[in-house]
Amino acid sequence: MTDHWFDDAAGPVVRPYAMTRGRTRSGAEGAQLDLIALVVAEDLGAAEPEPGSAAGGGLPPHQEDKLLADHSLVPEHLDIVALCRRSPLSVADVAAELDLPVGVVRVLIGDLVEAELVRVTRPVPPAELPDESILREVINGLRAL
Amino acid sequence: MVFGRSKRGDRPAPAEPVTLKILVAGGFGVGKTTLVGAVSEIRPLRTEEVLTEASRPVDSIAGVEAKSTTTVAMDFGRITINDGLVLYLFGTPGQDRFWFLWDELATGALGAVVLADTRRLENSFAAIDYFERRGIPFTVAVNCFDDAERYPVETVREALDLDGGIPVLLCDARQRESARDVLISVVEHAMHTAARAPADR
Ligand SMILES: Nc1nc2c(ncn2[C@@H]2O[C@H](COP(=O)(O)OP(=O)(O)OP(=O)(O)O)[C@@H](O)[C@H]2O)c(=O)[nH]1
Ligand SMILES: [Mg+2]
Repeated sequence: MTDHWFDDAAGPVVRPYAMTRGRTRSGAEGAQLDLIALVVAEDLGAAEPEPGSAAGGGLPPHQEDKLLADHSLVPEHLDIVALCRRSPLSVADVAAELDLPVGVVRVLIGDLVEAELVRVTRPVPPAELPDESILREVINGLRAL
Repeated sequence: MVFGRSKRGDRPAPAEPVTLKILVAGGFGVGKTTLVGAVSEIRPLRTEEVLTEASRPVDSIAGVEAKSTTTVAMDFGRITINDGLVLYLFGTPGQDRFWFLWDELATGALGAVVLADTRRLENSFAAIDYFERRGIPFTVAVNCFDDAERYPVETVREALDLDGGIPVLLCDARQRESARDVLISVVEHAMHTAARAPADR
């Protein structure tokens, strides 16, 4: 009985895992990924994208080809790398930006970590913030909104 | 080790901003999505759950991958304080069956907003209990719907049986300034809580 899952808040039952080849859990790492952990593109040692090149942050075509030729990657993997090359983004940002479910994005990011194309930083738990200054900064930033 | 924090210090390298999150909870239709949208650029964030153990037939074979999942749209807001600091807001739909989402969201949360509606105060009990049990600092914000009777915050505090240290304020979730003040209250409360009980490090 799954009918009660169909409503405004919960979308229809879907099968979004084709691009992860059915995996719903990534390796040990992916499963741990906090939604606000930052995904940082590793320096691929390639030239910076030429100024004015399309879709700033995108991978140079020759690099895309090289990565896709290795059949373990799908275009969504490259989308993530391209996004995070512009600036580090949280796991949640990546999912929202690419309009992919969080679980799928976690699996894909786990793959990219394994392929050493990105790394992920663990967010600092609030209890481990070095001092109050960061929270004061947040308060002041909010006041200025 | 890819996931460790930088070996040298307590903070990530300056190129990577510090990220913090605040949760927005409360009963069905209390104004969570409205509040997140009033104060941040809101985007839907799809999360999906493989149909839960409870909803699977009892005799299903362990280890068989369930193929279908249900997606749930969470509220997801981002407030960029500056280059080095980003505050994220997360809300989930108010129905009880979405509580499973909170366990993941709550980990590492700076604090939470519990939105309440004076016409249905009891709908905020579950959220209050949850954050109290987990020791997550929270502010109770009474969303003042037009047709709801106004009560002084002390009356609300008593009705909810809240500890005196927990901030209670009235808000209008549709107003940016009001939503912002709710968030400020959460961060201030988190700061005071941390000061009172310094984390053992
Ligand atoms: N008058 C008034 N209406 C409000 C206020 N906040 C929200 N609303 C309205 O109340 C309705 C529900 O608000 P939502 O923000 O969707 O509530 P929610 O908590 O996200 O609801 P669920 O996600 O379904 O649990 C919407 O029609 C809002 O426009 C408020 O402060 N005053
Ligand atoms: Mg909502």
